Amino acid sequence: MKTIIRNAKVMNEDNLSDFYISDGLISAPFSDTADIEFDVMGASLFPGLIDAHCHLREPGYEYKEDIESGTRSAVRGGYTSVCPMPNTSPVCDSPAIVQSIMKIASQKASCNVFPIGAASKGLKGLELSEIGLMKQAGIVAVSDDGLPIKTAAQLRKVMEYASYFDIPVLNHCEDISLAEGAMNEGALATSMGLRGIPELAENIMISRDVLIAEYLNLPIHICHVSTRKGVEIIRDAKRRGVKVTAETCPHYFTLTESACEGYNTYAKMNPPLRTETDRQSIIEGIADSTIDIIVTDHAPHHEDEKILEFSLALNGIIGFETAFSLGYTYLVKPGHVELGRFIDAMTKRPSDILKLNRGTLDIGAPADIVCFDLEHEYKFDARNVLSKSKNTPFDGYDLFGRCILTIVGGKLSYEELC
Amino acid sequence: MLKSKDLLGLKQLSAEEINEIITTAEMMKMVLDTNNKKTSHLQGRSVVTLFYENSTRTRLSFELASKYMGSVSANISTSGSSVNKGESLLDTARTIDMMATDIIIMRHNQSGAPHFIAPHLKSSVVNAGDGMNEHPTQALLDMFTMKSSFGKIEGLKVAICGDIFHSRVARSNVIGLTKLGAEVSLFGPPTMLPMGIEKMGCKVAGSVHEAVEGADVVMGLRVQLERQNQSLFPTVSEYANFYSITQDVLKLANKNAIVLHPGPCNHGVELPTVVYDSPQSLINEQVKNGVAIRMAILYMLMARRNQQ
Repeated sequence: MKTIIRNAKVMNEDNLSDFYISDGLISAPFSDTADIEFDVMGASLFPGLIDAHCHLREPGYEYKEDIESGTRSAVRGGYTSVCPMPNTSPVCDSPAIVQSIMKIASQKASCNVFPIGAASKGLKGLELSEIGLMKQAGIVAVSDDGLPIKTAAQLRKVMEYASYFDIPVLNHCEDISLAEGAMNEGALATSMGLRGIPELAENIMISRDVLIAEYLNLPIHICHVSTRKGVEIIRDAKRRGVKVTAETCPHYFTLTESACEGYNTYAKMNPPLRTETDRQSIIEGIADSTIDIIVTDHAPHHEDEKILEFSLALNGIIGFETAFSLGYTYLVKPGHVELGRFIDAMTKRPSDILKLNRGTLDIGAPADIVCFDLEHEYKFDARNVLSKSKNTPFDGYDLFGRCILTIVGGKLSYEELC
Repeated sequence: MLKSKDLLGLKQLSAEEINEIITTAEMMKMVLDTNNKKTSHLQGRSVVTLFYENSTRTRLSFELASKYMGSVSANISTSGSSVNKGESLLDTARTIDMMATDIIIMRHNQSGAPHFIAPHLKSSVVNAGDGMNEHPTQALLDMFTMKSSFGKIEGLKVAICGDIFHSRVARSNVIGLTKLGAEVSLFGPPTMLPMGIEKMGCKVAGSVHEAVEGADVVMGLRVQLERQNQSLFPTVSEYANFYSITQDVLKLANKNAIVLHPGPCNHGVELPTVVYDSPQSLINEQVKNGVAIRMAILYMLMARRNQQ
């Protein structure tokens, strides 16, 4: 099957050109007639976005989201590959669960699904999970996400064991003995009478992980960095040559703890939203590649789990359909981050870290393609998202950059051409 | 006239509103001192207390206040209600709201719980204590007691000592007193001083002596012995030794200084019995003022409802 995307600004270059796809792969120009043509009328064409950290909730929490609804939401946001975390029920800690996720994905998913396996059995942080067998079944990384790998000894064991299988280890960095709170620790939490989660809880764990990685000379990936100190620790470690990579999420470069005012549970997440200083440092970290990638941490929750007393509400927000626009509007348009760096953080870098061999427009690569109308401004309406859950603090935001075409493996997955 | 249908906290009140509540309470207190404790301000109206936490003073004073003013009043506590069947706070509150309730007085262990339900209800919501956030009616009765003693709040030096971290009474007092121009100094073991509290406009003292020195008002806060498993201090005797408001400490305060405590008091911990029972102590007077301030609040909220 042959496809041509006409009048695209490939990688946002000024001139318009045609883009060729043949049998699911990116192709050199061909003269045959195409089976399908799309005229994107000057939209920008990029490699499909890759989300290295999300929650699709299947199996076990299908009332929040499932693989079908989650990936439909993902392709609408321009994602062509997503990596769901293992905190499902049952936990994705065995080849059988990985296989079942892969099977459901092959039947129902709108985009590629690359599961992340649990680093420890049941996410309990005690025994190694079957990392090798899970890799054979399809996982691309291991993590105990939602929880840190608690003890230094256990993290060391996971990193050493995973290295044989060349499987990245992703760690949620939080010293939970310090983190019994509902929002960022500081004057605002104090005045609202809420227990705080200090940035110290995150910084201590990032330091520990970096030191272990340095000692073992093995890679570690730090999940959702939210603090200024965290960025500094990672920057220093990279200068020393430590094999550390890091991610952040759009909410950490767009929002601060003040979004929690009025006990707004849609601003409740973990790590918590921090201060303006932290937000600025996150932006600098993305710009200078200290923070390698931007992930959504798409965390759908039912309204009954969010419309609650603040401390009782669950953590997290949905993110597939706002991530690109938030990055484009808050990082690229104001000039904080180059467009190329931003696209790299959403495509090539996550592919490199997780060894997906995607995130490129090279001829012969899988045809995972997205087109954005960058100057299209729209009002984001949470009621219209394709996710089963609507828990987002960005309802009503005016955003730039609308996804108009998503192609996964050469096949049309989402289209909004007029 | 109050601006909002609800009384959620002193954060939401202006200095004028606080002064008006105190002035109204002065009149209500006269009613309490007569042998005919009856007004008709709440006649034909209903008040429900919904308490998710234990209470003696707050609950009883609200209940008596509403009865002295002629309202129909009822109360629910979590034990014996559908809360024990797992009913959510919002559903419980909506259920009470639908029974033609005018005012719901709620105490809850979660900060922000009244702020969460209030916009969903037609009833006025009065915060009778939410988690570690605010206890506005307690701070109002404290300020009423201070004003009765000194004639004004502005310029008063107020020392608040004890478990500031868990204290909604401290937070509401800091907010209210600074709005009215008092100078507030806090002290407690460093493990009981929440980060950034000084940004609320108060000072944090280095010792109980420093806090109390020159103070017009010395307020002890209850040490929540039931939370001692969190090990915020090692033993009660160590606490009493370093943090208690003793007679010696009190000598550092102004000659006319008054001693307050929101109760219940752990005698010999926050302050010794001799201080509790001293002429400077207005701890029992606070209780009476609590009924008057709650009458004032019910009166003013109902006046607003009558206008709508």
